Parts: sequence; C-alpha cells; structure tokens
Amino acid sequence: MLNARAMKAAVVVFPGSNCDRDCKVAVERSTGAQVDMVWHKDTSLPDDLDLIVLPGGFSYGDYLRCGAMAVQSPVMREVIAAADRGVAVVGICNGFQMLTEAGLLPGALLRNEKLKYICKPVGLDIVNAQTRFTAAFQGQRDATMTIGNGEGNYFADEETLDRLEGEGLVVFKYQDNPNGSARDIAAIMNPKGNVLGIMPHPDRAFEPELGSADGALLFQSVMNSA
Amino acid sequence: MKAKVHVFLKPGVLDVQGKAVEGALHGLGWADVKNVRVGKTIEFDVADGANAEADVKAMCEKLLANTVIESYRIELA
Repeated sequence: MLNARAMKAAVVVFPGSNCDRDCKVAVERSTGAQVDMVWHKDTSLPDDLDLIVLPGGFSYGDYLRCGAMAVQSPVMREVIAAADRGVAVVGICNGFQMLTEAGLLPGALLRNEKLKYICKPVGLDIVNAQTRFTAAFQGQRDATMTIGNGEGNYFADEETLDRLEGEGLVVFKYQDNPNGSARDIAAIMNPKGNVLGIMPHPDRAFEPELGSADGALLFQSVMNSA
Repeated sequence: MKAKVHVFLKPGVLDVQGKAVEGALHGLGWADVKNVRVGKTIEFDVADGANAEADVKAMCEKLLANTVIESYRIELA
C-alpha cells in the first residue's frame, strides 16, 4: 500500500503544543513514516519531507489570537515555503488556526457558538474523497474523529464559503455541527490541494482502540500521494 | 508617543462573549442594554515621527488584528 521509499514527516513543536507527541505516534503507526520533531525556533526543516504536521494545543497560550503568535515563529517561514513547493501540510485544531493566521487557508476560527470547550467524538461527512487527504477512505462516505476545541467555529464571508464549496475545497463537514461552524465545515484545503486544515483530530483516531481508526486513513492518504 | 489599538470583532461576526456578557447584564436588571461587544486594547510606546501612524497601521494589519474577523481603531497621543 505504501511506497517503497522511506516516507518522511515532521511535526512542528511550539511552546504550548500538546498534541505533538500524539501526532508523531499517529503518523508513525499509521504509515510507518519516519517522523522528526522540529522546534519552532529552527530555521530549516529536514530534507525531502512528504508531510508537515502543525499539531493541536495552545501555542503561546493562545495569546492575542489562537495561532497568531505561532505564525511569527522562525520555522513558519520554512513551512510556508514548503507548502508553496507542494509539500503536504496538515494543520490539526490549533494547527488549522495557524494555517488561517498564516494566510495559507482562508477564513478564521471563532469562539464556539455556545462558548464551551467541546471534547468528544464527532461524525464527519467526507465531502471530497478525491483529495491527497481522503483518497485512502475509498468508498467510505463518513468518518469519526474526536474534536477538542474552544475556538473551532469556522468563519469566512459568504463569497469565500461559496468558493470553497464550489471548488471542492471543503474536505470534511460535521454531521451534527458542534460549534456553529459556517456550513458545518470541519476541514478545508487550499486550491492546490496540498494544505489541509482540520478541526477534528486524526491523531486521536488512528487505532480501533481509540474508538476510530479513520485518522490513520487520512495520514495514509497523504503518504500514498507522495 | 503612546499608541492605543482597540480591536473588536467586525459587525456581523458573532461575538459570543459579548452575548454572554449582555445576558449577564440583563440578569442584573439592566434590561435595556443592547449590542455588547467585548474587544481588547493594546497599548505601547512608539517613536515620535511622521511614520508613527503608518507603522502602527502596519502592525495592526500584520499582527495585532486579524482583519478577516476583526476591525481596529488606532489612537496616538
């Protein structure tokens, strides 16, 4: 299923990241890839990466805005350059917030509609199954992953939302919208199809023992596409 | 000189914090309070000069506000 070449991934660690280790283990066990941890102050990334993960957590204590300070980290220049070169980048939860703050994805994540931090497994519709992030789901139409966010309420203007939906850039939608997200959006990608922002955690759903192994399919999709 | 930057969610962007505070004020008896918005103020010193306003504006655009969802107002004194 996976290519013969050793796959390589990197997880960026920011002060306040708390899913960085989960992401490493999830990607390793899902794909067999070698996963390096990259400190946010590093000024270069490992060579020949197939995947960069921006993990969940509370980088910089969510100061100013979620993800805003992380985007100013030295390593983010390299992440943005790698994204421009076509390297797959997956931002999970706080990582999704960083991708919008960095301008790699449109919109922003607002406080949840009911103000509560929500942590629970959610059902997702796979809206676009023809992406680098969903190809391994094959015929599967829905997925289950866990959310854990206080600011996961996706916002963009109507024109942007229309464009995202029209161009197939909405990848996952919530079946039962937990946080007020516009158009039930749980995950979007860029037009080039190599940058994914996802609020639910594939890194908390990569083995059946965790309640779902659907997150493993997401990571496998990325590696299959490399 | 002193710069003050006021950042608020744009009108039309749901301010759930504002809504909650509004509900609490109603609960305390101020039933006619409307349109509560919770924002933040960022204060700092900048060098005097012709560029001060342009500099602070650039700071707002690049970092202090996320103009997708927030608007800002600058006071220089």
